[in-house]
Amino acid sequence: MSLMPAIVNGISIGAIYGLIAMGLTLIFGIMRVINFAQGALLMFSMMISYGIWTITGVNPYILIIIVGPIMFCFGYIVEVTMIRPVLKAQSDVREPLSVLLLTASFAVVLENLALMIFGGNYRMAQSSFSDKTYSVGDVFLSAPRLYGLIIALVVSLLFYIFLKKTEIGRQLRATGQDRNTAALMGINAEKTFAIAFGLGTALLSVAGLVLLPFYYVHPTVGEVFMTRAFIVVILGGLGSVPGALVGGIIIGLIETVGAQFMTASITSVLIYLVFLIVLFVKPSGLFGSPFEW
Amino acid sequence: MKLLEINKLNSGYGDVQVLKDISLTIEQGEIVSIVGANGAGKTTLMKTISGQIHAYSGEILFMGEQVEHLPAHKIAAKGIIQVPEGRKLFPFMTVYENLLIGSTMKHVRKSRQKNLEYIFDLLPRLKERGNQVASTLSGGEQQMLAIGRALMENPKILMLDEPSLGLSPLLVGTVFEIIETISKAGTTVMLVEQNVKRALKLSKRTYVLENGIIAMEGDSSQLIDDPHIKKAYLGL
Repeated sequence: MSLMPAIVNGISIGAIYGLIAMGLTLIFGIMRVINFAQGALLMFSMMISYGIWTITGVNPYILIIIVGPIMFCFGYIVEVTMIRPVLKAQSDVREPLSVLLLTASFAVVLENLALMIFGGNYRMAQSSFSDKTYSVGDVFLSAPRLYGLIIALVVSLLFYIFLKKTEIGRQLRATGQDRNTAALMGINAEKTFAIAFGLGTALLSVAGLVLLPFYYVHPTVGEVFMTRAFIVVILGGLGSVPGALVGGIIIGLIETVGAQFMTASITSVLIYLVFLIVLFVKPSGLFGSPFEW
Repeated sequence: MKLLEINKLNSGYGDVQVLKDISLTIEQGEIVSIVGANGAGKTTLMKTISGQIHAYSGEILFMGEQVEHLPAHKIAAKGIIQVPEGRKLFPFMTVYENLLIGSTMKHVRKSRQKNLEYIFDLLPRLKERGNQVASTLSGGEQQMLAIGRALMENPKILMLDEPSLGLSPLLVGTVFEIIETISKAGTTVMLVEQNVKRALKLSKRTYVLENGIIAMEGDSSQLIDDPHIKKAYLGL
């Protein structure tokens, strides 16, 4: 029994965790809001993607260019209509707790809405390549996981370059580092927040679409990824984009490689064990100089 | 020409009123200093002008237009630019990125290259440190970067909040020379300072803030000989 496929699968699912965590870390880094709806938004995005895929039959990866903008707009609107008023009302509060409650309850609403509309069935976008494998020597690698890995890595890299090199990316980082001073530079912090939330949600659409050919969608699919994404974000360093990717891959590897040697429940223990050890050694996470943007 | 005019301004933080009926004017091209002790309301005045806090009542006119109700980013867009107390650089960005973010507003992006050249010429240390992360700069370099970043915004009026704070006497001299150069290049300067002697020497006119009211105002050259100023601020 070769370890090779497990390692590739681990890196693949890990990179997807990374994408989800990146959205979480982006929203936290800029708005100082922990988005408890990240998992539910992932599920929501997967449901939309599944819907469009069933109707059109287009290759799920191509759907990124449609679902990505849809989710960006959705996130933007959610921020403007729901989060902004609450943040405004609590603008003097250092840790705006009501926003956490808001995102958590929004997650419940989305999940039950999905249950109401789509029912509790498990669905998957069975594409022509869903069961395809590539053989490298005597090792067989699952095609959708390999594609997912490549897309997740490319999108992470593009996102990183976007933050570092573009005008909006710089504005986002500046707002994250010091929102009051950013305003003195003529940056509209409120608008930047909405963009950050939209982007964090758009990243989920990519994660959702690469999952769809090999992972079942159901109304509570987000919960699994949500817990993982939280660990990843803390492990990688809250606010750090490279940390999210590296943290994601570490967790993905432990999960899949560990499963070759032990039962799934023990791998979960192992994940938290590694998580705890990292926190003991470096409390700010692997890449965390506290809030680096 | 009156560039900035403040009439009967009342401001503060929530229930705590700091400024009481402040009125002042700043003419195009001059250097005006606002001096006063700790807690006199200097920074509050600056924050109210730049829109970080909003006035209870009174008006702030900039080039004849009321601006006191505008949010901070719109005030910056008008050309009212603040160098905040304690520099407030973006700590994890490089020197160069800090300057770029200074020129992030659409209307100043066009002059970005020209401004960069001007600033590197005025503050050559910033060019040497271009790729260094801002938080690793020395205090003096940080102050220069904060000034450079503000200049990137094409200020019509440059408001400096305690630029000498935490700097060695030698560096304070350098910073004041830079302010003088900027003023001579045509930018109106409002200088808020605790270093009263230096502020009086540099500026044309001065307002003295005490407990949230303007206690004295006039030509700096006359105020410097005033017995009250000498006793309270110059330690003579």
